[in-house]
Amino acid sequence: MTIANPHLKFDSQAVAKPYFVFALMLFLGQILFGLIMGLQYVVGDFLFPLIPFNVARMVHTNLLIVWLLFGFMGAAYYLIPEEADRELHSPLLAKILFWVFATAGVLTILGYLLVPYAGLARLTGNELLPTMGREFLEQPTITKMGIVVVALGFLYNIGMTLLKGRKTTISMVMMTGLIGLAVFFLFSFYNPENLARDKYYWWFVVHLWVEGVWELIMGAMLAFVLVKITGVDREVVEKWLYVIIAMALITGILGTGHHFFWIGAPEMWLWIGSIFSAMEPIPFFAMVLFAFTMIGKRRRQHPNRAATLWAKGTTVTAFLGAGVWGFLHTLAPVNYYTHGSQLTAAHGHLAFYGAYAMIVMTLISYAMPRLRGIGEAPDERSQTLEIWGFWLMTMSMVLITLFLTAAGVMQVILQRLPSDIDGTALSFMNTVDQLQVFFWLRLAAGVGFFIGLACYLFSFKRRGQEVLTGATAASR
Amino acid sequence: MSETFTKSMARNIYFGGSVFFLLVFLALTYHTEQTFPERSNAAQMSEAVVRGKLVWEQNNCIGCHSLLGEGAYFAPELGNVFVRRGEDAGFKPFLQAWMKVQPLGVPGRRSMPQFHLSEQEVDDIAEFLKWTSKINTNQWPPNKEG
Repeated sequence: MTIANPHLKFDSQAVAKPYFVFALMLFLGQILFGLIMGLQYVVGDFLFPLIPFNVARMVHTNLLIVWLLFGFMGAAYYLIPEEADRELHSPLLAKILFWVFATAGVLTILGYLLVPYAGLARLTGNELLPTMGREFLEQPTITKMGIVVVALGFLYNIGMTLLKGRKTTISMVMMTGLIGLAVFFLFSFYNPENLARDKYYWWFVVHLWVEGVWELIMGAMLAFVLVKITGVDREVVEKWLYVIIAMALITGILGTGHHFFWIGAPEMWLWIGSIFSAMEPIPFFAMVLFAFTMIGKRRRQHPNRAATLWAKGTTVTAFLGAGVWGFLHTLAPVNYYTHGSQLTAAHGHLAFYGAYAMIVMTLISYAMPRLRGIGEAPDERSQTLEIWGFWLMTMSMVLITLFLTAAGVMQVILQRLPSDIDGTALSFMNTVDQLQVFFWLRLAAGVGFFIGLACYLFSFKRRGQEVLTGATAASR
Repeated sequence: MSETFTKSMARNIYFGGSVFFLLVFLALTYHTEQTFPERSNAAQMSEAVVRGKLVWEQNNCIGCHSLLGEGAYFAPELGNVFVRRGEDAGFKPFLQAWMKVQPLGVPGRRSMPQFHLSEQEVDDIAEFLKWTSKINTNQWPPNKEG
């Protein structure tokens, strides 16, 4: 970036752009592997043994995590300088870390796809410090160390920017969330030999991320975009932000207990986990009120309709996915029957999409036109296409969730409810045979999601002088 | 929100609330730690169990199966597979035979890869799964189908 971009407050914000572009490329990859798995659910031996299900799933979930991390980092590089009212401490470091992280990410995914997992474990010396082979933390230990190095460099960079600049509530909350993200990731290196203990601390990464510190990140990103697009007084926005994150942590920390019901931890967690996690929808509901109240009170009509829609949409979908669908099976007497069923998958999909995929796309929608030098908003046609992408993806994800919920309810009835005395419970494999119709419908909804994603990516196509496709256009 | 509820009040609730509940969480974690040896029969955790866990991890079994309800939901729950497949008398021979014949090659059926594990490694996994099935899980799963 040699020519100053008049639409950015600070030139160094431009480093956010490659992070966003790469995030969306990984998002595309995530969805392609999601479709492969959707097919494997109905045609069990599809692509077997070339891409067994476990490999496809690992690629699908790891791409999700990594693209969200790229999205969060891009968001931080964009909003921290603007909030701190000064240039980023080191744009060069941000660029170097981008390439380090992108290379490590691509190599890890290629490792998953090209080498049998046991071979990858041997190749990377997993036995020296075994951390692999646990859900979502499948990365080779060396990759995990790389993530720590990148995270430290990143935190140093934005931390220095913040220390030298203006300290706003939004930037401090963002920083706290990102530090928490890095700190809790360290538990991925702790893999006790005792499975009960291993599972207990595994949730320190997984739950305290998505139902803890990530909510701080989401809240800060949402508050930033709302300040920008509504022009509402910062004092008001920041008060809301504190209320939201207070509720998130007050309910979410002890809410971790809803994962401790059946993994060997003591009975007290049945009560603590049920009570506190039953309150976890509160912060998400507060986010809905927050977004709609701020937009209702807006002092200006922002030309970026798409960004406004994303900001509203992320709160509603997060409330449905994380709040309502989480609550559905969070009480211990219910969870006894639903734990580890298709209901878990239903909740996981809508929660991750609504809360985290959509908040990243909210920020991208707001920031990308500026990063690309277009202005406050893309042209009408691009926005219309983006809005089509929003609705197609969101409605498809709602359908995926409904079909998986139906599958989960049937699974519970067939496989879980009958007692051993009755002896009428179907085995797992016989149960899934009965659920085929739901899985076909889910696959169809998955195709709908993919079409929505294609609309969304094509909305970045540059009109006029040069014509490039989707994500590549954005990288120029 | 009304003017009587100020930003600094909201901030205090955030700081106070999260620090308080984090400390409670740590205290409850300390208590949980005290119960693990008994609830997980840690004394029965032989070297074979520990080796078995590593084989389990290094072949990404969790990518299809679930263990105590956590993992993927593409293949059967294995936390209680020891109970479902023959217990002391039958489980080990069953698992040895099962691992050898994969993949079953039934068209259209979900397929389990051939992992080329040694007899020793399969024995270790069997020991790991046997130990796992005895963890006190508050009576989960509801029945033996997992």
